[in-house]
Formats: sequence, structure tokens, C-alpha cells
Amino acid sequence: MAKLVALTGNEALAHAVKQCRPDVIAMYPITPQTQIVEELAQFYADGEIDAELIAAESEHSAMAACIGASLTGARVFTASASQGIALMFEMLFVASSFRLPIVMGVSNRALNSPLNIWNDMSDTMGVRDSGWIQIYNQNAQESYHTIVQAFRIAEDKDALLPVMSCHDGFVISHATEGLELLDQEDIDDFLPPREAHIPIDVNNPVTVGCVGVPEYYPEIKVQQEVATQNSLKIIKKIFSDFNKRFDTNYEIISSYKMEDAEVALLTIGSLAGTAQDAVNKLRKEGKKIGLLKLRVFRPFPIKELQESLKNVKAIGVIDRNISFGSMGGALSMEVRSALYELKNRPHIMGFPTGLGGRDTRIEHFEKVSEILLKVAQKDKVEENYKVVGCRGPGCINVTYDGV
Amino acid sequence: MSLKSLPTKQYLTPGHRMCSGCGAATTLRQVFTALEKPPIIVNATNCVEVATTPYPYTAWSVPWIHTAFECTAATASGVETGLKVLQRKGRIPKTDTPLIAIAGDGGTYDIGLQALSGALERGHNFTYICYTNEAYMNTGIQQSGATPKFGWTTTSPTGKVVPGKVRFQKDIMKIVVAHDIPYAATANPAYPLDLVKKVRKAVAVEGPSFIVILATCPRGWRTESELTIEIAREAVLTRYWPLYEVENGKYKITKDIVKKRPVEEYLKYQGKFRHLFKPKRQDALIQELQDYVDKKWEELVKLENLT
Amino acid sequence: MSESKKKLKAWNEIPIGGYITEPGNAREYKTGDWREGKKPVLKENKCNNCLLCWIYCPEGAIEREENGIKINYFYCKGCGICCVECPLKAIEMEEE
Repeated sequence: MAKLVALTGNEALAHAVKQCRPDVIAMYPITPQTQIVEELAQFYADGEIDAELIAAESEHSAMAACIGASLTGARVFTASASQGIALMFEMLFVASSFRLPIVMGVSNRALNSPLNIWNDMSDTMGVRDSGWIQIYNQNAQESYHTIVQAFRIAEDKDALLPVMSCHDGFVISHATEGLELLDQEDIDDFLPPREAHIPIDVNNPVTVGCVGVPEYYPEIKVQQEVATQNSLKIIKKIFSDFNKRFDTNYEIISSYKMEDAEVALLTIGSLAGTAQDAVNKLRKEGKKIGLLKLRVFRPFPIKELQESLKNVKAIGVIDRNISFGSMGGALSMEVRSALYELKNRPHIMGFPTGLGGRDTRIEHFEKVSEILLKVAQKDKVEENYKVVGCRGPGCINVTYDGV
Repeated sequence: MSLKSLPTKQYLTPGHRMCSGCGAATTLRQVFTALEKPPIIVNATNCVEVATTPYPYTAWSVPWIHTAFECTAATASGVETGLKVLQRKGRIPKTDTPLIAIAGDGGTYDIGLQALSGALERGHNFTYICYTNEAYMNTGIQQSGATPKFGWTTTSPTGKVVPGKVRFQKDIMKIVVAHDIPYAATANPAYPLDLVKKVRKAVAVEGPSFIVILATCPRGWRTESELTIEIAREAVLTRYWPLYEVENGKYKITKDIVKKRPVEEYLKYQGKFRHLFKPKRQDALIQELQDYVDKKWEELVKLENLT
Repeated sequence: MSESKKKLKAWNEIPIGGYITEPGNAREYKTGDWREGKKPVLKENKCNNCLLCWIYCPEGAIEREENGIKINYFYCKGCGICCVECPLKAIEMEEE
């Protein structure tokens, strides 16, 4: 019998980790994920988790410890954000190269400098090359479900890749929502114990982390790349199984009012909610606008995007970071690449929005939509991208409450 | 204990690519001959790592893990914890396989210090072996926190104005002992039975243990390859590299050097100290090194008496 | 077998994760080719089997036998440590 509770995003994520029967958890605090590891530590103190905790002395060491533990065959979890993700940068690449099914919870937060504890995705967008599967959640219920899916995806014998499950810092991580917890038996049935590929064993010694000489480095990396691309099939299969068992509707990309849309917004993470409200408002005004909500960012769902966007005239991709010196944020540039080969490719603009946790409202999306509709009408793009939620020339800003 | 009693099993096989006369290779062979059971090894980025695992070859006949440079102790912490949990849950059989972390001085004194400190504080059950050749040798002889004063390296070169490294090295044993771990020791490949005894003690201890071993580097120290062990021996006989152990805070000198030789007997072999002798003998600088060695030895004797 | 003779494998023919699954296969590599003209030779009548050469050899190229040692020239790099360290001067460096 599913249990209805009120939890914050971080608490919900921690509950899911507990129910997935982890073996080793590496902990290091950083706003806004700290409550994840705090919850897990409390579960441990109350004897509700049969795992060992490693109080790492930095995020870099936390990920190194996760790698060491995962190599033994243990089911391993950690959580981080922002500077922590940046600090463990090199280890993320090691984890995926070793094909280890580590799961990491991320409460997305902006990167220094200046120091900013609030939400944007410069942290995880910044490590998109690291070979980790990246899934983005829109609310606490999704954060909870995704952890359960994540372990299963990671440990699938044809995937064997680490997964980061991301939710927006403070907006999701700290906000209390009503959600349903799954029964332990149902989770156990969905997620069997881990069967490690080649665990560390003196009876079957392996050398892990060799010198990948030029005669072999490309082969080792291509093998990893092929597996990463193939993991999209596995993710779909697992979403499908989860949906069947638990009556949910998880997809790689979800569409909203896209059937006859002339222009579209594409969001990732919790801004989908506000965007949806904006779309509803604009639809009432007769504007033919739709919304796409991306759930899986890595591996990047090229075909799915091409399918969803092929009939649209203009797309506004709601970026959650800026890749300095290029055309906006990572997401819009990848969407742009995915659609480049389409015969009738739509116009694309990137809209880096809500940087550093700047509040984003329906009015912001209305302004974005206005621009997109003009682009569709003129069949021309004036600018590659425009920052949303910033005062000053060239940016989109909305004043409210007199400010 | 005699050399004859030591096992012949090689966990580090021949066919590795370490330099001819490498002190680290001899050191590690001795470390492994001390073990009664095959270990699991976590290795930092360093000469040993690079010279033993050029894909698709490996000179390791035991499980061996290399992740990155600064996180040997952190990776080992993860391995130790993973094995502990899986054994407790009955998912793998209980064993007392030794867990050995191997790092050079760079990966221990400098970039690896944080991870080492964290692992020691958490009290993981593993043995950390630091082989020190007193510089970043793998990248071509750059100074590290272990490089002695006046030692030539490429980033502390001797020139018209500066005579090599201008600071003394870190006392890694003091740093490690400050973590109150059950066992820490220094060792030297010229004293194999002392080294073996210490490795056995370190592995047997419950909790973290640490051994730092001086490993002559013919390339980096500019010494003759056949003199690797002789130079290592001279380091002990001049008291430059005292052999001692600290068991639960109690200091014990394991090789008392009563009639010490002057430190220049150790310096004179090495190209890295040649500027102290040629073109002109630098008495003041040599005396500084002698004073340093004397001070450290007196300190050690005092600590032995105190604890 | 030298490296050039070993056929190089494709990306789908190697173990995943860059793992090397043949323990100790470095033994196939002839480090004896590194010697530069001189090799250590044991004068058996002088040897008393003290095993110092065995414990000091960086390669593990000195093998212990029933009543003595044997130098494995497949691996010996000719560093000369055994010759210098032998207390009875039972090992001499000789031209190859």
C-alpha cells in the first residue's frame, strides 16, 4: 500500500536511497544537498539502513571512495552540488571509465564566482562530458522515483554506467511536497541486489586503471561511448517497466500541447511547472505554443528531439547555464546540433534563465514566447540567445512588486 | 627471521618497466615478500603505476587499482569499506586480505596529504606504504615536499644564484603520528629484515598503519644504478634516514646508529648534491645539512625517552 | 613474444572499463633486452646462498633454488646491484 507523505526533495531522495538497500554511502556536505546525507546519517543512526557511511574529507575524496567501494561490488551512493561537483570533476571521468554503477544525487546549484548557493545547472551541465547518465527531475516525487530507476539503470549488465539524478536546489530540494512512497517489497522486486561485473577478488585478480597507451586509448574510450549511446535503449526499457508496475508516465521527453504547436519551449528540471502555466495562459490567448520537458540529458536523445520538434517553426530552449563565449547554454547548443540535419529545421534560440536562482515567473516565459512567435512569423532569428532574468541591455527582464 | 624464511611469491612480477637499479622496485618487492597473503593494492599515479601497467600488460598478479594522483587513501577507504560491508552482509566470504595503498612522496606529502589525513582520521584498516625518492620522479624530477634542502630538481635547480631547494623537507612521520594511528614506521631497502618486520606489524595491526621507505632513484638523484642499495644504506648510517617505529604513540629507534658517519658520506654519491662539492666545497651548506640531521636525531632520541 | 608480434585488438574485443584481466602478463616482456653490454655472472663456488642478491634485485630476476640462486637473463636489466652488494664477491659483471 503506497504511503502518502510530505517531504522535501532532499528528504524524498534520501528515502529512496534507503529503500534501495545501499551498501556504502560517501558523505560530504554542500548546500543545497546537505540534507540528503544528513537524512541518510540519521537513518543509519536509527538502524534503518544496513550500510557503511564514509565521512569523506572532500567531494573529490568522496567520489574516490565511491569508486573504491563500487569496485568491490558494493551498491554505492553519494550526493553533491555546485563546487563539489566541480571539485570531483576528474573522478567523475574515472567512475564512468571504470563502468561503475554509482548513483549520485545532485541538488543543482550555481558555480562560483561569485559564490551562489541558489539554483541553476552550471554544475551538472559543466560535467556533461564525464560519461555519467544525467536525469533531471521536476519535483520531489520524481526525485524519489528516479533514484529507484537510477540504480537499476546503472547496474544493468549492458549499461554499467554511473547515474546522476538531479533536482533544482532549494526549489525542489528544500520545498515540501506531498508524494507517495513505494512499498519496500515492490522496490525489492524491481531492483534486485547488485551483481558486479568483475568485483575485486584475490581469486580473480584484475588491474584497474592502467596506462592507456595511444595504441589502445581510443579503443577503450570508443567502447565506453558505444555503451553510453546504447544506454538510452536501456533507460527507455526501465522507464517502461517502472511505468507498468507503478502506474507512472516517465518518458525521455514529455510533450505538452505540442500537437499543433507552431512554437515550442523546451525546459529541463522544475521550470517545467512555470512554463506549463505560461503555455496555458498563452493558449487561452490563441497562441499556438507547446512545451517539451526533457528528462534525460545524457545520453542525449537525438532521435526523440528530432521527432518532437520537426514540425515546429521556432524553439526556445530554456537553458540553465551559460557556456561562456558561445551561443548560450549547453542545452540549447545540443538541441541545435541534434536538429541541424533536419530537412526543415526549426529556428532555435537559447534562453539562459534563472541563473544563480533568480526567480523565474510566467511573465518571463511570456516575453520569451513573444520573441519566438515573432521569429516564427518573420522566419528569421535576430539573436542566437538571450539571457532571461537580468537587468541591462540585451537581456530580458520583468519587473514585479515594483522592483 | 632470515631471508631464507621469506616467501618467494612475486605479486609484482618481473617484466615491469622501472629503470635499471630502481630503488622503488626493490622496496616494493621487499614489502610484498613480507606478506603472508596476496594483497589488494591501491596505487597512486607515480613511476610504479606507470611502469607496471602499460595496457595491455600488467606486472601485478593481485587485484590492483589506480584511480588518480591525490586520492590513494580515499580510494583505499572505499575499497576497505566496501569489502567490510559485503563481508558483514555475507555476500562475500570473510577474509583477512591485506589492503595496501602505495604512493610516492608526491602522492603522500603533497597532493595526497588531504586524502591520507582523512583516511587516517576515519581509522580504516589498511596499510599505507609511501616510497619516497624525494621528488616527482615520474614527471622528470620536480621538487616535492619531501625534497631535502639544497637538493637539485628541475623546479629547484642549482644556478648562479640559488643552490637548489631552499627549504627543508616535511616531516611526514610527525604529520602521520599526529593522527594517533596504531602504527607508523620508517624503513629502508638496505635493511630488508627490518623492513619486513615493520610491514608485517603494519599489516597485522587493526586500523590504519603507515610506512615511509627511502627509495634511491638513480635517474633523479644522478647516481649509479649499481649503488642504489649502498646509497640507501649510507642514508641510515649517516642518520639522514633514521629507522624507527611509533606504536600507539611510543617511539622506538629500530637501528641505533651509535657511531654516525658524517652526512656528506651520503651526499657525495649524488649528482643532486654535487654543487655542494664542485666546483668549490660549500662548507656552510654542508654544515647546515649536518646540523639538520643532528637536530632530527636528537629529537628522535628525546621522543624515544619521552614516550 | 614481443609486443609487435602481439595482434592489436579492436574496441569490441577488449574487456570493459580498460581492465587488464590477465594477471602478471608483464612476464611476457623481455626486459633483458635493456642490458647494455654487461651482465652479472654467478661464481657458484663462491656463493654461500645468503640471498642478499635475491632481496636486493629490483626485477626479481634472481631466482631462489634448492642450494643457491640463478640469474634469469630474460629479465635482468644489468643494473649491477647484485654484484656490488654480494658480500663474497660471488657475482661479477662480465661482457655479454
